[in-house]
Parts: sequence; structure tokens; C-alpha cells
Amino acid sequence: MVNVQQALEQKRMTEVRQETPRQPTQGAVAEPASPTAVGIDDLSLWYGHKRALTNVSLSFGERKVSALIGPSGCGKSTLLRSINRMNDLIAGVRIEGRVNYHGINIYDRSVDPVEVRRRIGMVFQKPNPFPKTIYENVAFGAKVNGFKGNMDELVESCLRRAALWDEVKDEYKKKSGLALSGGQQQRLCIARALANQPDVILMDEPCSALDPIATLKIEDLMRELVKDYTIIIVTHNMQQAARVSDYTAFMLTDEHITGQLIEYGPTEELFTTPKDKRTEDYISGRFG
Amino acid sequence: MTSLQTSAEKPISLKAEGGVARRQAFSRMSTYILAAATMLGLLVLAFLAYDIIKLGGGRLSLDFLTSYLQRRADDSGIRAPLLGTIWIVGFVVVMSVPVGVATAIWMEEFAPKNRLLWLVRVNIGNLAGVPGIVYGILGLAIFVRGPFGFGQTIIAASLTLSLMILPMIVIASSEALRQVPPSIRDGSLALGATRWQTVWNHTLPGAIPGIMTGTILAVSRAAGEAAVLILVGAAGIILRDPSGINDRFTILPVQIYSWTVRPGDQFKPEAAAAIIVLMVIVLTLNAIAIVIRNKFRRD
Amino acid sequence: MALATQRADDLERKLQKRLVKHPGELVIFAFLTICASITLLTTAVIGLTLIVEAEPFFEHVSLREFLFTTNWQALQAPEAFGIWELVAGTGNVVLWSMVFALPVGLMAAIYLSEYARPRARRILKPLLEVLAGVPTVVYAFFALTFITQDVLRPLLGADNVSFQNSLGASIVMAVMIIPTIASVSEDAMSNVPRELREGAYGLGSTRLEVAFRVVFPAALPGIIASVILAISRVIGETMIVAVAAGSTPNLTLFPLESIQTMTGFMLQVATGDVARGTTQYESLFAVGLSLFVLTFILNFVAQLIVQKYTEKYD
Ligand SMILES: Nc1ncnc2c1ncn2[C@@H]1O[C@H](COP(=O)(O)OP(=O)(O)OP(=O)(O)O)[C@@H](O)[C@H]1O
Ligand SMILES: [Mg+2]
Repeated sequence: MVNVQQALEQKRMTEVRQETPRQPTQGAVAEPASPTAVGIDDLSLWYGHKRALTNVSLSFGERKVSALIGPSGCGKSTLLRSINRMNDLIAGVRIEGRVNYHGINIYDRSVDPVEVRRRIGMVFQKPNPFPKTIYENVAFGAKVNGFKGNMDELVESCLRRAALWDEVKDEYKKKSGLALSGGQQQRLCIARALANQPDVILMDEPCSALDPIATLKIEDLMRELVKDYTIIIVTHNMQQAARVSDYTAFMLTDEHITGQLIEYGPTEELFTTPKDKRTEDYISGRFG
Repeated sequence: MTSLQTSAEKPISLKAEGGVARRQAFSRMSTYILAAATMLGLLVLAFLAYDIIKLGGGRLSLDFLTSYLQRRADDSGIRAPLLGTIWIVGFVVVMSVPVGVATAIWMEEFAPKNRLLWLVRVNIGNLAGVPGIVYGILGLAIFVRGPFGFGQTIIAASLTLSLMILPMIVIASSEALRQVPPSIRDGSLALGATRWQTVWNHTLPGAIPGIMTGTILAVSRAAGEAAVLILVGAAGIILRDPSGINDRFTILPVQIYSWTVRPGDQFKPEAAAAIIVLMVIVLTLNAIAIVIRNKFRRD
Repeated sequence: MALATQRADDLERKLQKRLVKHPGELVIFAFLTICASITLLTTAVIGLTLIVEAEPFFEHVSLREFLFTTNWQALQAPEAFGIWELVAGTGNVVLWSMVFALPVGLMAAIYLSEYARPRARRILKPLLEVLAGVPTVVYAFFALTFITQDVLRPLLGADNVSFQNSLGASIVMAVMIIPTIASVSEDAMSNVPRELREGAYGLGSTRLEVAFRVVFPAALPGIIASVILAISRVIGETMIVAVAAGSTPNLTLFPLESIQTMTGFMLQVATGDVARGTTQYESLFAVGLSLFVLTFILNFVAQLIVQKYTEKYD
């Protein structure tokens, strides 16, 4: 708890909040102050016969960092992957409910998952650069999506935004993405996602494979990127959630209900004055 | 570079349009093309089966299986090559399986993990790729003539074929041994069992299905081999049943070969009928191997 | 302290006794080691035999004639022993069988690894492997009586296609090696980490793009190894070429003529009535030695590639 307090303090000092978030509505559904980037509406998901999400509803604010926290196996990754239809790739997945993006339900029959994924980028737990050069890694998405502009410019600007440019600018056209350190690889993966010009970026425990210094770099980067992008991050690390996120959602799987949303609200409130007993127990380390 | 579009500014569509529609169409089309390519080989196999059954199906009868070679095509049978195949395949199994499995056990369970093991492993991989006809030369020089001097006999042929399929058996067996979870091994060793007791009681039983699958496939390869046996001197005409390991021999694939290359067409139906018999043997072995593999697969 | 060391000594003695306590264990170990050495022995004996048996040949025919002339006429006078005509025959069949097997085998590998559902893969893969299990003499018969007679001749004109020709042999050879290419390449592609695929899908790639732009390049070493293995099988295959491709040494890569491969020649010597001790007979071993060296190098390279590659993702 003390650490979380410190983290919150730290964040308050390093940034000037543009607005004070409104009180969330009672219960699990909360509306952030800013316009909604992605709205999840009564979403349930099954892997075969096994249920992984139960009637989840929440809205992610535009140009905010929202964190999903909860014990292992509670469905955080599943929820995150539902937002850009990555779960479609798993055989036997069934989904009910809606995920609204710019007023369109991305699970509508007419929606093409490729269109969804190029607008909603994703960064994975384990850095996964392609075994190609740094340049080709960044250019990959733009290339398959038929980008017509100046590719060199695009690659450079994405590497800059991902705070990787200074470290690789001398050899990024020759060096393999795999030759970078773990933290650099992860920033390369962020740069790669940026090259598609998404407006939402999903990150599934992006720092869990990194050392503390590399982690701090990515966290700084997130605070920087959130000026232009909506970021949704899954994390196991509550200090991290406190440090980087504006809103936090707490999920839980118990004996009765798998993958439910327990509480969602401004990060500060959720950590200092949780409304649900289970949230309080979790953040004070009493279970999970 | 604008990276943000809000719904208010510009309504977006997530339907596949323009470039994406085209790419998705390509992708869908590729499914069918790739599936067709996968089926192509099987289609050829179906043609082969149809062609051969059409040509030789009429010649199949009990007489065909039980009579010797005759001057007239219509009276000819495959008694001698069929018996030769059974004898030789039997000896090959008896000789190659124990040695192959033992080699695999040595490699996986006993060998010190050093350059020697690497050498043995790479060497076996290479031997598996040595052309059959080279084994034929080996058999000719070592078993038929040379040090052993068995002559053109069943034993010389069996030894040669055994050497040929040995690498396949070793590779399949060591793969099977490797798939036995280390925890089983460690559990037994931790209880004070010796290495061999562990192998015999725990590791080997777990690997048996994999070993059997690989062995059956290797044996079916031996049953279909012709070139090697021509080199070690399969006889053209044999008119009696084999009675011992020092008899001369012929086998089905060699009989098929000699009927196939005979000028004129009158023995082609005989060749096709013999092919049917050989294919039944080989495909049965294959099917057994697949059934075993599927039944014991660990997923 | 002293007590502790003594106990350690005791323990060590006990541990050393372990082998003596189980003499059976030693016998078994010795047996296993002997078995394992048989494979090494086999390689050595193959190499030795070929060298010893080919040696007399090189007393009559210079290495220069063998390696640097192009006319091969071993079984008629005037004799000539320039191996390149046989190598060309082998190369001819390798070329044309690859023309068919490479695209089909790789497409099958991609389908099995990236497109097929697990159930379909479980059925298709063993079915495909049956193609590799069909005895080659059966393929030989099929090439001679069906592919050439009923397909190639009607299609390309009977006058243009020899009774025995490289194309008919190459087509069935391709069918035979499709499983080698498909299966080994599929293994390589399945070994590509799932994260890489997800990364590509996450950037808005279609299945086709993921397969060809990410998985295929990442699996390239394994794919190359599969092709080398397949080539080595084609080089070593005997029955198909002996029956269907002909017995006319011919320095050409043209697919419709009768040719002779290295293996085809060896079988011809073995089935003919060439007397032992003649140069013709000894040429069997010289060609065999060349064949052995060639396939051994190919297999070795393929194995090194596979080893290096599996280490990378382990
Ligand atoms: N591909 C899959 N097939 C079947 N079940 C799955 C699959 N992926 C996840 N699950 C199950 O769904 C549930 C939720 O998994 P999920 O990965 O979303 O949890 P998580 O909250 O991200 O956990 P962690 O913090 O460990 O990453 C778990 O019970 C998991 O076993
Ligand atoms: Mg997760």
C-alpha cells in the first residue's frame, strides 16, 4: 500500500492533470470524463465450454491510460484481446455482447478484423520483433496496409515517438530487431504499432519481461504517448498501475463468476478509497 | 502526422473496403489454392490406385498368390516372391529392431553428452539419407562376397536391409524416448533405481508406441525396397519355397521390377496385380503405424 | 569437521560401489555401446568398401577422365568414363522434380501449418506421408505405363516424348518427395513462435500475409533443409529413374528425352551380365562412391541447418 501511495504521489508531481475526473457512477460501470474511445457492453466470452468473461461493461476514455488489474487468470488478457479481435485467432472462441469503437460494434458481421487491428494496435507481454531489421519491423504494418507516403520519414518518426531513435539511429537499417535488448525490443514493438497510425494501443503486461530501468522507460513513454493515443494496459504490478494509469479496472474470478469486472474508476480513488471489499483486499495484498 | 481521429471529426468504417477488401479476398482465395496443393499429391495417389486396380485387379486370385512363375503370363503367380518378402522382412525385424532400440537407448539415456554423442547422432542422420543402392553395394561387397561371403542368400539380403533401416529405427526410437517426460525418469532415479531399471521399467514402456510407429514405417520401407536387393542378387526365377537362410531369394518389389521392364505388354497385368498385393502390405503397415500414433499421442 | 569428511568419503565409496553392485548394469551398458557403435562402423565400412572397390577402376581410368570429361559410355566400345553425363542425368531429374515438388510441397506445408484446423491437419498429414511410403518400384511402374503413355504422350505428342524420359520419372519423383518437403517445412513453420504470428496479426495482417511475410521467412532455414533432404532423396532414388527415365547417358536438362542417372547406371550394371574384374564392373563402385559423397555432403549440410535452427528457438 505504501508503495502505491508513493507511486500515486510521484505521478501527481510529474504531471499536471488537465481535469479532475468526475465521480464514477455506482457499480461496476463507470464513465470517464473524456469522450469514450472504446466502449465494452455486456461482453461475455467462452473458450470452448469454458467461460472466461462474464457480462463485462466499461468504457475506456479517449487519450487516457486505463489499467486492467486482477489476480492471475481472471480474464485481463482475454478482455484486452477482445478489443482488437485477437481472440478470433483461437479456435473455439465464442463471444457475446458488444465492443463499440467509434460507434461501431467491432463484432458486427460486416466488420473486418483486419480493419479493426490496424486501428487498434497491440503490444505483447513478451517482446516479439520479427527476425528482420529494425527498419523493416517498423515498416511492416505500413507496408502490408499499403502505406503510400515517405516510408523513411514514417519509420524515423515512429522510432522517435517510441523513444528509441537515439539509440538505434546509426544502424537501424541494418541491425536485426532481435539484436536489441529486451527493453529496446519492447519499444521497437511500440514503434511498430505506432507506424499503423492507430488511435488505441493495447498493452498486455508490456514490462513483465523487463528489468526495472527498462520498465521505467516504457512507463515514461506511455505517459508521453497518452497525449495522442488511448492506451489500455494489463498489469500485474499495482505500483505500475498507480504510476501510469488514469483509470483502473479491477477484475476477479471467484467460485461463482469467472472473469467479472468488480470495480472501475479513477486510479487514485480506486487505490485510496476502493468501494468494493474485494478490491480493497486485493490492493492491500490480502489475496491474489 | 495525425494519429488521432475522433468520431466527431470523421466517421469511420470498419467494413473491409478498398485495399483491405482486396487483401482479404486474396487471403480467402489462398486458402483454396493451398488446400488444393495439399490434395494434389493425394489425387495422384488416387489415380495411381485406380490405374493399377483397373489393370491388375482382374488377375488377383488365390492362384495368383500361391503359384510359381510360369512361362505363360496368365498362369503365373507370386508365391516365391511373396514368401521371400515374408522371410526377409521377418529377419530384418528380428535383427534391426533390438539393435536400433538399443542404440537409441544408449544415445538418450546412457551416452555422455559430448562430441562423441554429437558424432553418433549426426552420423545416423546422414546414414538415413544414404541412397538404398549404396547399401546394396555395401551388402554386395561385405555380405555376399568379401568377409562374410554368404553368397546371394536370404541372410545376406536381410543383413543388408537391416543396416539400411537401422538409422530410421534409431531416429524414431530416440525421438520417442525423448518425449517421455523427464519427471518420470527423475522420479524413478530419486527412488534409488539404477539407470537401467529406470529405462526398463519407466522410460521404455512410455516410448513403446513411438518406437513401434517408427519401426513399422521403417519395416514397410524395407518391404518395398527393390534396388538394394537387386544389388545383393535377388534371383530372377525361383521355383521353390525358401527352406533356410542360405537359400537364394526373390521378393515382391524385384518381381514387379522384372515384370515391368519386360518388353511387351503381356506381363503388365501381372506387375499391376503384384503391385496391389505389395501396396496392401505396405498400406496396412502404414495404417497400423498411424493408428498407434494417434491412439497414444500426448497432447 | 573430520566426521563430516569421513562421512563424505564413506558415501563416495558407497556411490562408487554402485556399478559393482550391479554387474548386470555394466553388461547392459557394454551391449548398448556396441549397438551404438554399429552405426559408426556402418559409415566407416561403406566409405572403406567404396574406396577399396573403386580403387582398381582408377587404375584403368584416370581421375582426370572421370571428373573432367563429359562422355559416358561404359558398356559399349569405345569405352568412355566421363561422369558428367550421368551427373547431368541426375541433375535433370532433380531439376524437373523440384519444379513440381517445390511449389506444391511448400504450399502444402503452409496450408498444414497456417490454415488447416487441428483436426484436418491430423488427418491430412499422415495421408500425405503415405505418398512417401509407396514403394518406389510402384511409382516406377506408374511413371512408365501411365504418366508417359496416357498423359505425356497424348498431351505433348507421341513423337516428342521418348518411351523413357526424364519428365515422367520427375513427375512421380515429385509426388514421392512432396511429403518430405511438406513435413519438414511444416515442422519448421510450426516452430515459429506464436508471438511472432500474433505480432503480425496485431498489425492488421491477413492470414496470407502472416504466412508469407512472417512465418515463411522465419522458418526459412528449416525449409531450406527440407529441400536439401528432398534433393538428396531424388539423387539417391534408383527404381523410378532406372525404369522410367531410360538408360541413355545424355548431357541434357531437356525433360522429354531418355537419359541415365548415376543410380540408373549402377542398377544397369548390377542387372546386366558384366563380368567381375572388368573396368565396366568396377565403374559401378566409382559411381557409387561419387553418389555417396554427394548425398553425404547434402545430408550433413541439411542437418547442420536444422540443428542450428532448432537451437535458436529452444
Ligand atoms: N487459448 C485459451 N484456451 C482456453 N482457455 C484459455 C485460453 N486463454 C486463456 N484461457 C483461460 O481463460 C481464463 C482467463 O485467462 P487470461 O489469460 O485472460 O487471464 P489473465 O487475467 O490475463 O491472467 P494472467 O495475469 O496470468 O495473464 C483462464 O482461466 C485461462 O486458463
Ligand atoms: Mg494475461
